[in-house]
Amino acid sequence: MEWVNAVVQGTLLGGLYALFAAGLSLIFGVMRLVNIAHGDLIVLAAYLALSTAAGLGLHPLAALTVVVPAMAAAGYALQRGLINRTMGGDILPPLLVTFGLSVIIQNGLLMGYTADPQKLQAGTLETASLSALGLTVGVLPLLTFALAVAVIGALQWMFYRTALGRAFRATSDRQDVAQLMGLNRAHVFGLAMALSLAVTALAGVLLGIRTAFDPAGGGARLIFGFEAVIIGGLGNLWGTLAGGVILGVAQAVGGQIHPGFQILAGHLVFLAVLAVRPRGLFPKMEG
Amino acid sequence: MPEALLAIDGLDVFHGDFQALYGIAAEVAPGEMVAVIGANGAGKTTLLRAVAGLLGRRAAAIRWKGRPIGGMRADRVAALGIALVPEGRLLFPSLSIEENLLIGGRMGRRGPWDLAAVYRLFPILRERRGFAPAQLSGGQQQMAAIGRALMANPELILIDEISLGLAPVAIRQLYEVLPGIVGEGMAAVIVEQDTTRALAVTRRFYCLQEGRVALAGASGSVTREAIGRAYFGV
Ligand SMILES: Nc1ncnc2c1ncn2[C@@H]1O[C@H](COP(=O)(O)OP(=O)(O)OP(=O)(O)O)[C@@H](O)[C@H]1O
Ligand SMILES: [Mg+2]
Repeated sequence: MEWVNAVVQGTLLGGLYALFAAGLSLIFGVMRLVNIAHGDLIVLAAYLALSTAAGLGLHPLAALTVVVPAMAAAGYALQRGLINRTMGGDILPPLLVTFGLSVIIQNGLLMGYTADPQKLQAGTLETASLSALGLTVGVLPLLTFALAVAVIGALQWMFYRTALGRAFRATSDRQDVAQLMGLNRAHVFGLAMALSLAVTALAGVLLGIRTAFDPAGGGARLIFGFEAVIIGGLGNLWGTLAGGVILGVAQAVGGQIHPGFQILAGHLVFLAVLAVRPRGLFPKMEG
Repeated sequence: MPEALLAIDGLDVFHGDFQALYGIAAEVAPGEMVAVIGANGAGKTTLLRAVAGLLGRRAAAIRWKGRPIGGMRADRVAALGIALVPEGRLLFPSLSIEENLLIGGRMGRRGPWDLAAVYRLFPILRERRGFAPAQLSGGQQQMAAIGRALMANPELILIDEISLGLAPVAIRQLYEVLPGIVGEGMAAVIVEQDTTRALAVTRRFYCLQEGRVALAGASGSVTREAIGRAYFGV
């Protein structure tokens, strides 16, 4: 039963990892940008929720109404004002800029909030649980997983069923020809980053309710997000969800074997997948 | 000649250090069909890409209805009503045929062209609308690329290498529909390897040679020898 429980908990945790990964996957898909600051932006969103919840006396989930639009707007501005200027040609400059951004965010948070771990206070949501078939699962992990499925489904729909999604895919395919369709690449990239950081905001708030966070915590979230994307296969959003679940289950089962083995087990499964299927388990079908 | 829709004057274009166009001068009147011919590497593609806003810097070198547009961003040029059918067609591989057409029409410019009109022009595209571009023949891909440009309801369509690499039957089909779509509200510039065909369907032509206009004039009255000289510089 412990093992079944570990798999269930790991699956639900995978939802959170999928949310870490979705924004990363989105911007890589649209503009081939690897955002090293992604994890720090998740943590930044958690801090933003902390201040919003404290300042306005809101529940952290209600703070999403502020944090999501704020992160989206910041993403658009960041892309147009900074990252776009480094794009085109070499992949190294944007990589270095996001690395620099990562350092700036970490140090900014350190100055603003100190290194003390913080947590978002969500009242009964933190402890509420449901029991069935001899298993007990927390409401928060369930909610997180449901939101992950909803977000991935919505992104998938947006990508393949809407004009915005067409613009993203066309720009991803051929940037110069996309311009000929009247698409301003700088704006399209801005929208992609806005969307990515909107998802990141949700991920950050759910993370902050689930566990304590501190300014240095971005790196681990970036790695988990990366691993989920790579395990699932680049360019496949449902694959990213699967990748998150595989990573979550690997960690939970690893933790069941030995508590110290939890994180390592995740990395080992990631490496195993990479060794056997370098393009991930569900790579995008090329047309 | 009526007032020029597009007027190019003193256009120099560089690929890095390499100068591909030298002081090009050319005009296109509303509703007119113009051919651009020339040997491989003469600069035909460079010229069309410069007009479309993908290359070039100096604003005054290209005028649209009198307004300088040289060096303007390609998406802004497109919004003015200039559509390019690029060499090699360059459909979006991850979009279906219908999505390729829809994205061509995303600017919402008014005019006769919409999905239904393009499907009437090229019925095969309706049949293949859910397919990926790679699943279509070269001729069908060219139809989709032309349809994608028409969807923008442009006032000027630039078609680079309309028949290159296509089967003879596909070429004939394209040339059959061409006169019907140009005229009234839309002018066309076509780049073509087959000069005889190009001269047959157009009113005027420009022949480029090593980045310069070597010869220009009325398509109907030019001699083969003159074209030959302008082509190869012999
Ligand atoms: N991206 C580029 N970088 C460097 N040189 C280029 C580039 N594109 C074209 N050129 C050069 O510019 C000149 C003109 O090329 P362009 O493609 O415009 O010719 P073209 O007339 O379209 O030829 P073709 O009939 O082969 O399509 C050629 O000498 C070509 O080698
Ligand atoms: Mg060419």
